[in-house]
Amino acid sequence: MIRRILPHPMLSLLLVIVWCLLVNGLSLGTVVFGAILGIIIPVVTAPYWPDRPLIPHPHRMLGYILIVLWDIIVANVIVAGIVLFKRNKDMKSVWIAIPLDLRTPEAITILAGTITLTPGTVSADVSDEGHSLLVHALDADDPDAVRDEIKTRYERRLKEIFE
Amino acid sequence: MTYEIGEILVSLTIVIGAAFVLVGSIGLVKLDKPMARLHGPTKAGTLGVGGILLASIIYSFAYGDGSMHELLIMVFLFVTAPISAHFIAKVHIHRDHTAQELPDPPNDRVWATKDIDPEETTEA
Repeated sequence: MIRRILPHPMLSLLLVIVWCLLVNGLSLGTVVFGAILGIIIPVVTAPYWPDRPLIPHPHRMLGYILIVLWDIIVANVIVAGIVLFKRNKDMKSVWIAIPLDLRTPEAITILAGTITLTPGTVSADVSDEGHSLLVHALDADDPDAVRDEIKTRYERRLKEIFE
Repeated sequence: MTYEIGEILVSLTIVIGAAFVLVGSIGLVKLDKPMARLHGPTKAGTLGVGGILLASIIYSFAYGDGSMHELLIMVFLFVTAPISAHFIAKVHIHRDHTAQELPDPPNDRVWATKDIDPEETTEA
């Protein structure tokens, strides 16, 4: 029953929050209308995504977001230094192949997005079965260190959230 | 007093944001290889826009009723920016790199962009 009314509870919650932010004010009417949208839209779109993405530990998402935001700030400053003060021929641009332990598509998508958002690395491709990620680094002296940092810093945390 | 603090904070965040947008643009011009150029806009898109939107939030709370819908711009940007970067990178790999130039995928056979049936490619 609950499954039929709320096929994607997290999506419903997200829609309410997005609606309140769009209206840019918090009142009872806004929340009620947001809730109506949050119920109707998942029901109408449910046939297009029958699989419910499982997120066993959503509360750990907050810590992950904070870490990523902090890393974006730090990496921005580092990469700004590289762009402004390093000559093009001194840069060691490399391709890095990252073996993935994550298996859920949602987690891999978030990992790829995180890699692109932190300046200095761009995720370029996945392998045919989706078990490895191809990353391009702007300036990396030690490609293995970059790979290990991505694996321990982001992938391990995503594994805790999604598995 | 809050006015002065607000003014200082707003000016500071605008300058920081604008500086990173500038560095991103300089990177786009200065870097020489297409893949390296892709790194420029990631700065403008994250801290650049982030700083300016933060300034807008602080301004609205210091001088008006307050507004948070700048957060939505940030969220949508963070969700969509990696996807366009990903596709630019894929096109670049498809056109300018052979599979031999890339490192082998550790777990699988081939990278998705290079997973092409030779029979289907018409151009030599």
